[in-house]
Amino acid sequence: MSLLEVRDLKKHFPIKSGVLKRQTGTVYAVDGVSFSIEKGETLGLVGESGCGKSTAGRSILRLIEATSGRVEFEGIDVMHASRIEMQKLRRDMQVIFQDPYASLNPRMRVRDIVGESLKIHGIGTKQERKTRVYELLETVGLSAEHADRYPHEFSGGQRQRIGIARALALNPKLIICDEPVSALDVSIRAQVINLLEDLQDEFDLTYMFIAHDLSVVKHISDRVAVMYLGKIVESSDSRILYDQPQHPYTEALLSAVPIPDPHTERARKRIILEGDVPSPANPPKGCVFHPRCPRAREICTQAMPRLTSTGGDAGDRHEVACYFPARFTGGERSVSDTPFEGAHPEPAA
Amino acid sequence: MAERLLEVNDLSTHFFTYAGVVKAVNGVSFTLDRKETLGIVGESGSGKTVAALSIMRLIPDPPGKVVDGTIDLRGRDLRSISDDEMREVRGNDIAMIFQDPMTSLNPVLKVGGQIAEAIMLHQDKSKGEAWELAAKLLDRVGIPDADKRVNQYPFEFSGGMRQRAMIAMAISCNPDILIADEPTTALDVTIQAQIIDVIREMQDRYESGVIAITHDLGVVAEIADKVMVMYGGRTVEYGPVDEIYYNAHHPYAWGLLGSLPRLDLAEKTRLTPIQGQPPDLIALPAGCPFAGRCAYVRPECRDRWPELEIVGREHGVHCWIPEEERLAIRETLPRFEKAES
Repeated sequence: MSLLEVRDLKKHFPIKSGVLKRQTGTVYAVDGVSFSIEKGETLGLVGESGCGKSTAGRSILRLIEATSGRVEFEGIDVMHASRIEMQKLRRDMQVIFQDPYASLNPRMRVRDIVGESLKIHGIGTKQERKTRVYELLETVGLSAEHADRYPHEFSGGQRQRIGIARALALNPKLIICDEPVSALDVSIRAQVINLLEDLQDEFDLTYMFIAHDLSVVKHISDRVAVMYLGKIVESSDSRILYDQPQHPYTEALLSAVPIPDPHTERARKRIILEGDVPSPANPPKGCVFHPRCPRAREICTQAMPRLTSTGGDAGDRHEVACYFPARFTGGERSVSDTPFEGAHPEPAA
Repeated sequence: MAERLLEVNDLSTHFFTYAGVVKAVNGVSFTLDRKETLGIVGESGSGKTVAALSIMRLIPDPPGKVVDGTIDLRGRDLRSISDDEMREVRGNDIAMIFQDPMTSLNPVLKVGGQIAEAIMLHQDKSKGEAWELAAKLLDRVGIPDADKRVNQYPFEFSGGMRQRAMIAMAISCNPDILIADEPTTALDVTIQAQIIDVIREMQDRYESGVIAITHDLGVVAEIADKVMVMYGGRTVEYGPVDEIYYNAHHPYAWGLLGSLPRLDLAEKTRLTPIQGQPPDLIALPAGCPFAGRCAYVRPECRDRWPELEIVGREHGVHCWIPEEERLAIRETLPRFEKAES
């Protein structure tokens, strides 16, 4: 059984306007996302701003209520859990946020920030909690003397460590990391990435790693899912996804990332996508990517293709939602002229 | 030889605050030739933006002040010319694109009007001509329906399009030098690729020299001809792009390169971050600002700033570690193991 199982998760935000606040539209932030995370694994969720990756993370934690879909954590239905069940679940599912400046209460001392969840869940005596906070601070590379300081006394990297200590306090099984290193400088970012990797080994953690930076996601993840406009368009083992991307969006995204190596850079060919990401309030009909897709044809404007495996080298674990995916057999890449059969959506039930 | 556009020597810019003197830029020197791209890399607070603003004379005074150095633009010393002359230089000779296209455009003025304003300020053109040119420039930087777009407001533009509009404004008076301060940091990668493309195209077309300020070593590898690595207000290393990536001499440059996860490498390697935290610019050590985080620090590092040492063609470094020792250390670093192949 997977640790986390997400099926057809949807989160639609209403757009309300006018004095009567009537609903005049819908933002399809997350629109039918399914994936699972095995214990001890890191799933990377990548995509550009507005693709719904953070909303997906927050809906899973029920920090916002999803519109529909099913989320199972160790077999427990998260979406329908009662308050008491939810409180229990929250011990196992924690979160680290992007902005270490906004996610720590500036009026609280570090000891209270890190120890708050212990207190809420009534764990240990006051003295035990104090010891635990010191222990947590040491774990993330800070020291006990930092416990009485306030967030403003720390640099960005150190604040992110405080956020990590807070997430670790209850010994969670799953941590959803929402852009945990995006706000940090290169050298500090590497420190935090290494810390997250060490903690995973030490405490047998499972991560869902949400980020827009493909090189970071590839580095830390075992498996990667690429999101575009509320949908997963491709997912695979991270190495395979990089070597053999099947979806044209993944190809473009990978080719757009500059590589810190001038020789490689000069030799590369870049796929430059036209235009901008459409608004999730008015997603294109058919495949969400078709207006920017270099491979788009008539069929792509009809219906969103299904996320499914194309077989070939990558096997079942590599899924793509495209009528004209690149396919790899024996390392040879080919793009068929006829639409891929498996991509046709199931007839509406 | 290409025409030398800009020569900056020993530039120092300090901010005099109540808490103390912030030495944001401390004795920085570099040059820029026509058609050349200089990448200035460094982390937040390394002084790269302040260096650029000092050239433009846009440092808010007080509290900031360019306290030392010369800025020579094709024979003119930008530090000694009058404010009026400097206004002519800005836009005409040197133009700047900023990081955040959301805040660098005026939200209550039409995009076309803002570009036309720059044109009318520097060129002898009527309002109508200026607007026409604005539309032409928007088209040139790749904005579809430029004739219509020119009459829209910034909020109607996406982030990438706003940055294109900024570029259109910057190139409107055909400047010799284009300073791009983190031009793609606020943008998504696919949009970043578009913008880098536009900047390059404009550079080719107008034969400008470009100063690209960024913290992204990938972007620098892609666009720069030469690179200046800054740390704590100092230039720690300076050289042609290949030299910096494959033959770096400064421990900070090694640290930066070792900190980067690589998309193109199959094997997952552990990152080698730089230990410690960035320095406090008010309480900078007397010697090398990197001394506090350097794994190979020696006593002299903390006391005195090392002189420039030339280690290759147009490749210089400031470091107390003797060259032989430096190269020996470098060979032990994962990033440089197979660099020679």
